[in-house]
Amino acid sequence: MPAAEPPPRRPNRVWALLRNSWRQLTSMRTALVLLFLLAVAAIPGSVLPQRAVNVENVAGYFRDHPDLAPFLDRLGGFDVYASPWFASIYLLLFTSLVGCVVPRLLDHFRALRTVPPDAPRRLERLPQHAAAEPRPDDPAAAAATVAASLRRRRFRTVVRESPDGTWTVSAEKGLLKETGNLLFHFALLAVLIGVGFGHWYGWHGNRLLVQGTDVGFCNSLTQYDESSLGPRLGAADLPFFCLRLTDFQASYQSSGQPKSFGADADVQTAHDGPWRPVEFTVNHPLRLPQANVHLLGHGYAPILRYTDRFGQQQTKIVPFLPRDQMLTSEGVAQFPDVNIDPKTNQRDEDLQVAFEGVFLPTVDPKGGATSVYPAERDPALFLTAYRGNLGVDAGLPGSVYALDRGQLANGQLKQVSGERPQRLTVGQSWTLDDGTKLEFLGTRQFATLAVRYDPTQPLVLGGAVLGLLGLMLSLSGHRRRVWFRVTPPAGSEPGAGGSLMEAGGLPRTDYPGFQEEFEQVVAAARGAGAQDERTP
Amino acid sequence: MAELSDQLMAFTVLAYLAAMVCYAAEYAFGNRSHIGRAATRPARQLVGAGAPAEVVPPDDETAPPRDRGVLLGLIGVGLTWLAFALHLGTVVTRGLAAGRMPWGNMYEFILAVTLVGSAVWLGVLTRKPAVRHLGLFTTLALVVLLGAAGLIAYTPVSPLVPALNSYWYIIHVSTIILASGILLIGAVPAAMFLVRAGYDRGKRSFPYTLGAKVPPAEALERLTFRLHAFAFPLFTFGALIAGPLWAEASWGRYWGWDPKEVWAFISWVVYAAYLHARATPSVKRSTATWIALIGFVTMLMNLFGVNLFFEGLHSYANAGGM
Repeated sequence: MPAAEPPPRRPNRVWALLRNSWRQLTSMRTALVLLFLLAVAAIPGSVLPQRAVNVENVAGYFRDHPDLAPFLDRLGGFDVYASPWFASIYLLLFTSLVGCVVPRLLDHFRALRTVPPDAPRRLERLPQHAAAEPRPDDPAAAAATVAASLRRRRFRTVVRESPDGTWTVSAEKGLLKETGNLLFHFALLAVLIGVGFGHWYGWHGNRLLVQGTDVGFCNSLTQYDESSLGPRLGAADLPFFCLRLTDFQASYQSSGQPKSFGADADVQTAHDGPWRPVEFTVNHPLRLPQANVHLLGHGYAPILRYTDRFGQQQTKIVPFLPRDQMLTSEGVAQFPDVNIDPKTNQRDEDLQVAFEGVFLPTVDPKGGATSVYPAERDPALFLTAYRGNLGVDAGLPGSVYALDRGQLANGQLKQVSGERPQRLTVGQSWTLDDGTKLEFLGTRQFATLAVRYDPTQPLVLGGAVLGLLGLMLSLSGHRRRVWFRVTPPAGSEPGAGGSLMEAGGLPRTDYPGFQEEFEQVVAAARGAGAQDERTP
Repeated sequence: MAELSDQLMAFTVLAYLAAMVCYAAEYAFGNRSHIGRAATRPARQLVGAGAPAEVVPPDDETAPPRDRGVLLGLIGVGLTWLAFALHLGTVVTRGLAAGRMPWGNMYEFILAVTLVGSAVWLGVLTRKPAVRHLGLFTTLALVVLLGAAGLIAYTPVSPLVPALNSYWYIIHVSTIILASGILLIGAVPAAMFLVRAGYDRGKRSFPYTLGAKVPPAEALERLTFRLHAFAFPLFTFGALIAGPLWAEASWGRYWGWDPKEVWAFISWVVYAAYLHARATPSVKRSTATWIALIGFVTMLMNLFGVNLFFEGLHSYANAGGM
C-alpha cells in the first residue's frame, strides 16, 4: 500500500486537453463516425467524373457545366480520392485505429503470457455453474485428470493447490479471436502503407502501337501518349525494354460481339539483347521485369499514300480511333510537309493537306453511316480533303486524331472536296482538284496498351489476405474461461480418498452456444474421472 | 434451352408470389396462440443455431397442424421450396443455354443473387422453423428483385465478352453473388428486428404493428448478426481481394475507383461499421441494425444505381442495350 497519497496537483490544462482529445479520437464512437464519413466522402467520386479514371469525361463535364465545374474543381470534386478532405478522413481513421489497436496489442501480449487467473470464490455466481458432485479420486488426482481433459479440448490450463487441500483448475480458450482481430487491423495498416508507397514508386504509360516490325517502341516517357510517374521516380528510373507488335487477332460472334483478342509481339529486355516472341491477351498481360503490358483495346490504321504537285510521295499509317462496338473509327491523316517546291526547297504553309473522316471495317449495304461488323469484310474510308495551314507548326500540342478547328474557323484551312465524303476502298485512289492524289493502300491493326508497374502490389495483396484471415478468426472465435474446484469431502482427513468437484464458466464475449459447450466440458471432466475408475 | 429458362423464370416468380400469398394469409388469419408461444419461448432455444441438435422443433411443427393459419404457413414453405427448385432450374438452363456460368450480365446476376438468398432462407428455415413468420417479407424481397430483373434488366442469352473470359470471372462473381444473397436475406431479419423492437417498446402504429407476429427481437437481432458475420468475409474476399487481383490482370491496376469499386468500398465500410457498432456495448443494438440496413441500401445502389446511371469499366454488367 502507498504510504501517503500524492499531493493534489493542478492538472495541466493543455495536457488534459491533449489527453482528452486523444481519448476521444481513439474511441469507438469516433471511429464509427469516421467510417461513415469515409463512406459518404467516397460517393462524389462515383457521381462526378474523376481525372484519375477518365480525363476526357472531366473535360466533357467542364464543357457541359461551365459555371459549376470550376467551383467543384476547387473543392477537389474531380480528384476526390486524392483530395485533402478525403485524405484527412482516412488519416484520422487510421490514427484512431493505431491509437486503439496498439494498446490492445500490448494487452494481448500480456494476456498470452499470463496464466488463467485463479477461480473466483463463489463459482455459483458465474453465468454457468455446475453444482458440486462427489468423485471417487482424491482432489490432486481429480484436478490432474480434469486438467488433462481440458487440455485435450485445447484450453490453456493451470492447476493450483490451496493450503486447505482444495485444488482448482483454471482454463481459458479463444485468445485467437483477439489475435485475429489485431491481425486484421494491422493488415489494414500494411495495405495503407503499401498503397502509399505504390503511389510514390509506381508509374504507368498508355500507348497506341501499330502492328509491324518497323513501328515498335522502347520504354521511355516520350514514347507514351499519356503517362504518369510516382513523385519519387525520375524518367531515368524506367526499366529498359522494346516492344513491337507482330500480329493481332480478333474473333467475333456473328452478332459482332467480340469473342477473343490476342496480340503477338517481339520483346527485347536488354540493350542489344535478342528479340523474343511473346503473346498476351486481355486477361493475361505481358509480364516483363518491373513492367506489365496490358492489352486494353484495338482498332485499324489505314495506310495512305499522298502524291503532291511535284510528284513527291509520302506514306502514312494513321490510326483511326474506334467510336462504337462495330469499330466505326474516326481519324485524320495530316500531311504538313508536302508540296515543297524542289527548286526553291520552300514549303508553302497554305498548301498543307489533311484528310479527315471515318473508316468502316464493314460498310452497311443499306447505306448507313456506321460499320455493321467489327472485322474487315467490306472495308472503306469516307474522307473529306482540306488544304491550307494545318496549324501544326504553332508549337501548341494538338490532337493527332482531329483537325485544328480553329484553323477551319479562321479560314486558313479550307475544305477542298465536295459536300459528301469521298469513298475509298483498298487500292482505290482519289485525285483532288489540284491534281494531287491520295491512295488507300490497305490497313494495319493497332493495339492500345497500358504499361504499368507498382512495386508494392505484393505487400498490398499480402496485407489483404492476412486481413481476411484475421477477419475470419475474429468473427468466428469466442473467448471464455472455465474453472473447476475440487475439495476433499467435508470432515474427512486429507488423502482419505474421494472428493467433491464443482465448476463455473464465464463467456468473455457474446456467445450463445456457451452453455452447451460448458455442459459438454463438465460432462467430459466427470466422465474422465469415471473412466479412470473403470480402467485398471 | 434459353426459352425454357425464360418460361421457368415466369413460373419461379409465380411460385414465390403464391408462397407470399400463403404466408400473408397465415399472417392475417393465423391463430395467434402459436405465434404467441413462439414469442414467449426462451430465446436460447430459438437462437441455438450453432447447435442444431439443441433446437427443439416447436410443437406446432411436429403435431398435425390444426388451425388453418399453420396449414397455410406450411403450404407457403412448400411453395417456397417449389419456387426454389424452379429458380434453380431457371439459372441452370440459362447457364446451359449460354455455355458458361450464368452470371454474365445484370439479369443473370440478380437471378443468381436471389437464388442464393432463397437457399439461405430455406436453410435458416430448416434449422429454425420458428422464423417462418418472416417468410412473407423474404418472399416479398425475392419477388420484387426478380420482377426488377425481368422488367429492367432482361438480356437475351449471349456468350461472354473477352474481358470476362477468365477464371476470375467464376471466383470473383460467384463469391460476390454468395455474399450479396446472404446480405439480402440478412436485411429481412434486420428490418423486422427494428419493427419488433419498436413494437416491444409499445409503438402500435404501422409498420410496428407488423412486429406483433414475428419472432422475438433478440432472436431476430442474433440471426441478423450471424448472417452478416458470415457474409462479410465472403464479400471482403470477392470484392476486395479477388476483384483487385482480376483488375490487376485485366486493367493493369488493382484498384482504380471505378464506380462499381467505389460502391463496393462504400458497402464494405458501412458493413464494417455495423460489425464494429455491434461489438461495442455502448452502441444500441437498434443503432447497429440501422447501419446494417444502410449497408443493404448501398448494395442495392451498387446493383441498380451504378449499372443503370454510371458509366464505368464494369459496364458489361449493364442491362441489355442500355
